[in-house]
Amino acid sequence: MRSDPADYELIAPGNLQAVVALLADEPGKWLPIAGGTDVMVLYAAGKLPARKLVSIWNLPELRSIEISPEEIRIGAGCTYTELHEHEIIAREFPLLASAARWTGGIANQNRGTLGGNIVNASPAADSLPALLVYEADLILVSGRGERRVPYLDFHTGYKKMKLQPDELIRTVCLGRRFSNYLHYARKVGAREAQALSKVCVAALGRLRGSVAGAVIDDVRIALGSVAPVPLRLTELERIAKGKPVEPQLVQLTRKMTRAAIQPIDDIRSTARYRSAVAGNLIAEFLEQLRGSGKTV
Amino acid sequence: MSHSSENRGKDDRGKRELSLTVNGKPETLRVFPMERLLDVLRGELGLTGTKEGCGEGECGSCSVLMNGELVNSCLIPALQAAGTNLTTIEGIAEGPQLSALQAAFLECGGAQCGICTPGMILASCHLLNKKPEPTEEDIREGLSGNLCRCTGYRQIFEAVVQAARRRVSA
Repeated sequence: MRSDPADYELIAPGNLQAVVALLADEPGKWLPIAGGTDVMVLYAAGKLPARKLVSIWNLPELRSIEISPEEIRIGAGCTYTELHEHEIIAREFPLLASAARWTGGIANQNRGTLGGNIVNASPAADSLPALLVYEADLILVSGRGERRVPYLDFHTGYKKMKLQPDELIRTVCLGRRFSNYLHYARKVGAREAQALSKVCVAALGRLRGSVAGAVIDDVRIALGSVAPVPLRLTELERIAKGKPVEPQLVQLTRKMTRAAIQPIDDIRSTARYRSAVAGNLIAEFLEQLRGSGKTV
Repeated sequence: MSHSSENRGKDDRGKRELSLTVNGKPETLRVFPMERLLDVLRGELGLTGTKEGCGEGECGSCSVLMNGELVNSCLIPALQAAGTNLTTIEGIAEGPQLSALQAAFLECGGAQCGICTPGMILASCHLLNKKPEPTEEDIREGLSGNLCRCTGYRQIFEAVVQAARRRVSA
């Protein structure tokens, strides 16, 4: 059943302070809407529970990308187009840039925002594994002020997150410390554009030691579409550090990946396929890392 | 669909004034803020060239340019279009003359049933504005959000190539 627009209220205060004040006055009563690429889909299907919406699209405070020597601070209202067209993001955070390119088609990339992708909290969101491996921080804003939290444990369950009803994501901060890492991103889906992932992987790694005796110095691996939340494989990472990339390690990582994930059968794929593909992709990443020459 | 006059009275209270520019012409309307831009264009302005395919941002049939950017009008609440400059398929022709893109779509067989065609042309227009000499890969990416179930895409890609060639040499 299609929604009747007469049943909905939508206002656009036009600046962040006014939006934050509104959320502070009636926490949980107003649903923020940015580019609408998720909210409007629910609305059109008659499945949007919220009746009062506040537009945060194009708020200048959420639209900037600031660069300092240590980090890059991306306004939560930046679109995917802005992300993948940004020179420094494309160069230093290619996993985020490619995820932005894979998300939807051009029209959706012109409207979908990074903050929206985080709060929509789809386990299949392509940008979230990238934020996990880059260990992004989020700056949350409310009438009570701002707080900075790590993205790592922000999502706590399916569509659940550590965001208070009066809070908005204001900024996504990425530390500029991955220049000598191998950046690996793969999306497996029916097609690259538009189709949601069956499995997606974002991984970072670097080696240390001589070419012959090189071992893994640091490694970070995250997966999407294989659990209720985007998943970082921390146990696997711990085991892999300090080891050479050899067949035994690849074997072990496949086993540990299967144990760590909780894939499901759904419209896009099966649990069995997802599990096999996740293992294959991580094996491929490790093979690439071995031959990458990315050494401390 | 008929509403009783009582319902209509109750309904209209939520309407707001919306001013925007459509195909170069300033318009002021009274609409519900959550009305989809697609419905405003078709229902209020009679611009039925913009089509509804999926209604959920997957197919690109409802593509329009908003301040020069390609967007799906089915996913935009009317209020967010306030003050913007829109181009729909009706604004693509140069007076009575078809644009280079429209002519190329006709010549190359890039339009069959026609439902995807307005969106394809708007997406192609957006692409050529950004990249006047697109590669095959650019064209595939530029049109990746627009689905066609008739042509198999080949003729559409050829139309964009031909239009680009003419626009560059013009």
